[in-house]
Amino acid sequence: MSLVWALIRRDLVLALRQGGGAGTALGFFLAVVVLLPIGLGPDQALLQRLAPGSLWIALLLSVLLSADRIFQQDYEDGSLDIMAMGPVPFEIVALGKAAAHWLSTSLPLAIAAPVLGFLINLDPAVLAPLLLAMMMGSFTLSLLAAIGAAVTVGLRRGGLLVSLLVLPLYVPVLIFGVSASAAGPDIATPSLLILIALAFASLVLSPLAAAAALRSYLE
Amino acid sequence: MHYLANPARFVSLANRALPYVWTITVALFAIGLFGALVTAPADYQQGETVRIMYVHVPAAWMALLVYTVMALASATAIIFRHPLADAAAKVAAPIGLVFCFLALVTGSLWGRPVWNTWWVWDARLTSMFVLFLLYIGYMTVWQAIEEPHRAAMVARVVALVGFVNVPIVKFSVNWWNSLHQDASVFRFDGPAIAPSMLWPLLVMGLAYAFLFLALQLVAMRSEIAARKLRQIRIAEIGER
Repeated sequence: MSLVWALIRRDLVLALRQGGGAGTALGFFLAVVVLLPIGLGPDQALLQRLAPGSLWIALLLSVLLSADRIFQQDYEDGSLDIMAMGPVPFEIVALGKAAAHWLSTSLPLAIAAPVLGFLINLDPAVLAPLLLAMMMGSFTLSLLAAIGAAVTVGLRRGGLLVSLLVLPLYVPVLIFGVSASAAGPDIATPSLLILIALAFASLVLSPLAAAAALRSYLE
Repeated sequence: MHYLANPARFVSLANRALPYVWTITVALFAIGLFGALVTAPADYQQGETVRIMYVHVPAAWMALLVYTVMALASATAIIFRHPLADAAAKVAAPIGLVFCFLALVTGSLWGRPVWNTWWVWDARLTSMFVLFLLYIGYMTVWQAIEEPHRAAMVARVVALVGFVNVPIVKFSVNWWNSLHQDASVFRFDGPAIAPSMLWPLLVMGLAYAFLFLALQLVAMRSEIAARKLRQIRIAEIGER
């Protein structure tokens, strides 16, 4: 278990020192949020209606953009081969890396989203549900992005393929995420519960898929 | 199954079976289309427009069935390491893609007169569109990775991950309020459709299935030949 924490810590330290991952994603997120009112016009009512969905879409795309950093560097310098042969099961290695990606990239984005939401006239009543839903959903997004990253790790121009593979899997997260980001009396809406269920399901299934895909590149 | 693992045996069996499969396919289409266009009654609300059902519904069934075949083939490749399983999945994908495209287009054409819209993002249509993207993604994996064995290993994972969508498509009309009508044939309480409409539909479904079988056998023959060609080329380069 301490080995897994060491792995996660290593990835977090690398992400912090090298920058790039969280910074690029946050920059992209900011760009989308800033361009929205410019493109859609100044109608505040329209922006308020579109704000939760737009923030979710921006989150999805930002996580997707930063996905290839999960395995790429370790694959290129051979560390992934060593991890595959190590004492930690390869599936847990993949899970650890996806978790590190979540902590370093997706979660900061999810926390920043409501703040940036004020730029597009986000309804304050929606703030808490949106934050909670995004924190749950961002975990699923990181795990699914890890599958896409694993499938394209050895490819030179795998960008389109990652989007093509991961976006169909993102659709349920987006649908339930936006649905859970609505204001209401009860914060534990069915949509939020399904979102958490999706997180649990991908917690189990995504490391299996990612490890299987990575092994085909390491052989 | 392992009897057919030998590519030469598979090809000879396919060669012998194909004339019969094509004959059955044509016959089933003839009977099915006759039933669909002539003997089946017009709908009391939709009129003659309902006859698109006999093209749209079997195409949708096949889109799901072919992806299931791909997932089963990928699972067979992983579990049994069957030599032809990856080839079966690889060649089934374009066929399934076309069935899925047909289902989407004929459904859209049906929706315009009946629902007054070409498209709506309800559960059934969205999940079928996601299936379309999954087919394209699977085919792109084979295109993007040059080494065939590695491509096969990655493609297996992609096919199995995407299989999650197939039950979602099937049960989407039960789980959500969707514009698309509820299941009429494959229900726990049995078909809720008149027999005069049911039998042409089932015959068309069988016709589409035999069409898929015929195309699959032809495509597998080509794939096996392409593999042989690649091995010959590699051996040639080795000899020089």
